[in-house]
Amino acid sequence: MELIQNLVLQGVQMLVVLVLAPGLTGLVRKVKARLTRRQGAPILQPYRDLARLMRKEVVLAENASWLFRVSPYLIFAATWVAAALVPTFAVGLVFSWTADLIAIVALLGSARFFLALAGMDVGTSFGDIGSSREMMIGAIAEPAMLLTVFSVALIAGSTQLSNVVGFMTSGEIGIRVSAGMALVALVIVAIAENARIPVDNPATHLELTMVHEAMVLEYSGRHLAMIELASSLKLLLYVALIGCIFVPWGIAAPGAGFADLVVGLASFLVKLALGGTMLAVFETSIAKMRVFRVPEFLGAALMLGLLGTLLLFVSRSL
Amino acid sequence: MIASPDLTEIPNLTWTRSRHFRVAPFPVTAVTGQDWVAIAKSLGKGRVTLLSLWGETDAVCMALHDAASRQVAVARLTAMNGAFPSAALHHVPAQRLERAVADLYGLVPEGAMDARPWLDHGRWDMAHPLGSAAPHPRQEPYVFLPVEGESLHQVPVGPVHAGIIEPGHFRFTAQGETVVRLEERLGYVHKGIDRLMQGADIGRGALLAGRTSGDSTVAYAFAFAQAAEAALGAEVPERAFWLRGLMAELERIANHLGDIGAICNDAAFAMMLAQTSILRENVLRAAAAAFGHRFMRDRIVPGGVTADLDSEGEAQIRALIDDIRDRFPRLVSFYDNTASLLDRTVNTGRVGPDLVRRFGTGGFVGRASGRNFDARRDLRYAPYNALSFDVPVREDGDVNGRVWVRIHEVEQSCSLITQLLNTIPRGPVLDPLSPAGEQCEGLGIVEGFRGDILVWLSIAADGTIRRCHMRDPSWFQWPLLEAAIEGNIIADFPLCNKSFNCSYSGHDL
Repeated sequence: MELIQNLVLQGVQMLVVLVLAPGLTGLVRKVKARLTRRQGAPILQPYRDLARLMRKEVVLAENASWLFRVSPYLIFAATWVAAALVPTFAVGLVFSWTADLIAIVALLGSARFFLALAGMDVGTSFGDIGSSREMMIGAIAEPAMLLTVFSVALIAGSTQLSNVVGFMTSGEIGIRVSAGMALVALVIVAIAENARIPVDNPATHLELTMVHEAMVLEYSGRHLAMIELASSLKLLLYVALIGCIFVPWGIAAPGAGFADLVVGLASFLVKLALGGTMLAVFETSIAKMRVFRVPEFLGAALMLGLLGTLLLFVSRSL
Repeated sequence: MIASPDLTEIPNLTWTRSRHFRVAPFPVTAVTGQDWVAIAKSLGKGRVTLLSLWGETDAVCMALHDAASRQVAVARLTAMNGAFPSAALHHVPAQRLERAVADLYGLVPEGAMDARPWLDHGRWDMAHPLGSAAPHPRQEPYVFLPVEGESLHQVPVGPVHAGIIEPGHFRFTAQGETVVRLEERLGYVHKGIDRLMQGADIGRGALLAGRTSGDSTVAYAFAFAQAAEAALGAEVPERAFWLRGLMAELERIANHLGDIGAICNDAAFAMMLAQTSILRENVLRAAAAAFGHRFMRDRIVPGGVTADLDSEGEAQIRALIDDIRDRFPRLVSFYDNTASLLDRTVNTGRVGPDLVRRFGTGGFVGRASGRNFDARRDLRYAPYNALSFDVPVREDGDVNGRVWVRIHEVEQSCSLITQLLNTIPRGPVLDPLSPAGEQCEGLGIVEGFRGDILVWLSIAADGTIRRCHMRDPSWFQWPLLEAAIEGNIIADFPLCNKSFNCSYSGHDL
C-alpha cells in the first residue's frame, strides 16, 4: 500500500512538472509583454501552441537522417526525467535516490549533445552556427554547473537533492558566503542554459544572432512541439532547482500528510511565479551581449563556483 | 555658374547653383566619350561627388555635386552602338548604377570590371525593359565573387528572412564567427517603376513616386514635385512649401524614432522599442489628424499640396512636439545609461570617413562618419532656406554614432516644426501645373530621412513623362554596409544592418 502511494506521488511529481512547464514559459512571456507596455498573449498560449504543433504535419529536409527525427524525443525524454528528479513539492519520493545533481547535469548534457547534432544534421549554415555557439556556451556552462554542485555538495554533505533539501531546511546552514556564490553562479548558468537574454534571445527573428533557435530552425510539427516542451521543462527545472536548494521552505518532508503536500504544491507555484517574474524583469532591463562576451559572463559563474568550493576547503563554516 | 578652381580640369560642364536649378529647367551638358572618362577620373580622385548615374534611350547621364562651390552639374553622353565608357572603372561607386543601366536599357559599360546583371535576375518576361524590351534570353547563373583562404565557410542569408522584412540576399564568408566578406545581392523587389513612369502624366507620376519607398513617401513625392516644378518653371504657393516642410519633418521624426527603437531591439533590448514605438505612433496619429493620412501619402503633388492645415491640426502637431520634447530626452538618457546596450553599439560596424566621402553617402550613415552634407542646407530649397537648423555630424562612424545622429536630427526636426508653425504664411496651397508646350528637364533633390533623394524628370511637349529617374540614398549606403561588417562577427550583422536601415524598395525600384 505504501509503495503504491509512493508511486502515485512520484507520478504526480512527473506530471506536475510536465503540466506546469509551458505555463511558466507563458508567464515569463506575459510579464515581459506587460513590462514593455504590450498586452501580450495569454499565459495559456504555449499550451495552445503545443496542441497546434502536435496536429501539424512534419516537414523534413530531404537529407535529414534518422538522428534528426529521433533527437526531439531523446531531448524531451532526457529533459523530462531530469526535471522530474528535482524536488518540487515533496522530497523523499520513491525515486529520489536517483535525484543526484550530477545525474541531472549528465542528463541535460546528453540533451544538449543530441540537440547540437540535430542542428548540424541537415547541413544548413544556421544550424551549424547555432550548434557551434551552443557547444561554446556548454563548454563553460557545464563545468560552472559542476563546480556549483560541488560547493553545494560540500555544504550539505551529499549530491542527492533530497538530502541537500533536508540539510538546507534543517537550520544548521546559517548564512554562508559559499552558498551565496553558488546561488549567483547557478543563476548565471540557468540564464545561459535556457537561452535567455543576455546570452540568447528566445524571441528573436534574426537568424544570425540565434543560438538555441538556430539549431531548431528546421524542425516543425510534433518534433518542434517536443523541443519546445523540452525547453519549457528545462526552464522549470532550473527554477525548481534554485528554489529547492536556496529557498527550500514549504517542501513536504518524507512521509508527510496530504495537507503538507498541498502546502508544498502551493509554495512551489509561488516559487515558480516569483522566479518567472524575476527572470522577465531581468531580461527586460538588459541588452543581449556579444557572442564572444558570453564566455566572460559564464566565466564569472565558473570562478564563483570555484571560489565557493575553495572557501569550503579553507573552512567548513564559510 | 562660376567654376571653382578644382572644377577647371573637368571639361565643359555647366555648373548650377541650387537657387537656379530649383526654379528653372536644368541645363544639361552634352559631353563626348573623352569628357565622360575625364569626369569619371575626377570623381575617382574625389574632386567632385557622384549624385547619380542613369540611362536614357541611347544616352547615359551623370549628376555631379561640387561640395566646395555647392553646385550641381548633369552630363549627358550619347551612347555609341549601344555602349558607353564605364565610369565605374575609375570610380567604383558608379558600378551598381551602371549594372542597373545595363539591365534596364541594354547599354553596355565598356571596360567595366563587373559585367554581372544587378536588377535583372532572369525572371522578367523581357530583357532590357526600357531599351529593346526583347524576349528574355537564358541567363547565366549568378556567380558570387570568389573567396579563397583557409577554413572559410559561407553563410547564405535571405532573400526570405525569418522576420517580416524586405527581401535581400546576403552572402557571408566567415572564418569562425568573423566576417571576411559580405556580398549583397539586391533587386528582388523590382517593380518596374521606371517603365511605369514612361508616358504617364505628371499626376500619375507623383502617385508612382510616392509609392517607391513606403517609409519615404513624403520625401519622394517632395523630390518629384520639385523636379516637375523646376522643369516647368512653375510658381508654387508659398504656404505649400511650409506644409511640405512640416510633412517632411514629421516623416523624419517618425522614421528616426522607429529606427532608434529597432536598433536597440536588435540587441534584444525590447524596452526601448516599446517606448519609441509609442512616440512614433503619436507622430503618425498627429499626421493623420493634421493631413488626413498617417504616412501623408499623396499629400504632396506637383504645384502644391492637397491637404491644408487647419487650426486643430496645428494644435495637434504642437501638442505632439511638446510631448516629444518632454519624453524623448528621458529615452535618450535611458539609452545612454544602459551599459549593456552601449557595449553592443559602440565600435560595432565602423565605416571610415574616406569611404563615405568616396561614395558620397548621405544621411545618418554619411554624417556619422564625418561627411558634413545635408541637402536641406547645401542644396537649399524652400522652406529650409528660411529656417535655421544644425546638421549633426560625428566622427565615430559606428552603430552608436548613427544612433546619435538620429537622436540629434529628431531634436532638430522638432525645432524646425516649431519654426514652420510659427512662420507659416496664409494663402492657397495648390496651383496646378500647366504644360510647358515643349520638352523640358528638371532636377529635384530632397533630404529624406535616409539621405538625399534625387529625382531627374524629363517631360515631353504633351506633358507626359519621357523619363523619370529616382535615386534612393541607399544606392550609396548598401555598398558601405559590406565594408562596415568586415572584421565584425556574424551575430552583429543585424545590428549594423538596422543602423543603416537601407531601403530595398527604393533601391530595387
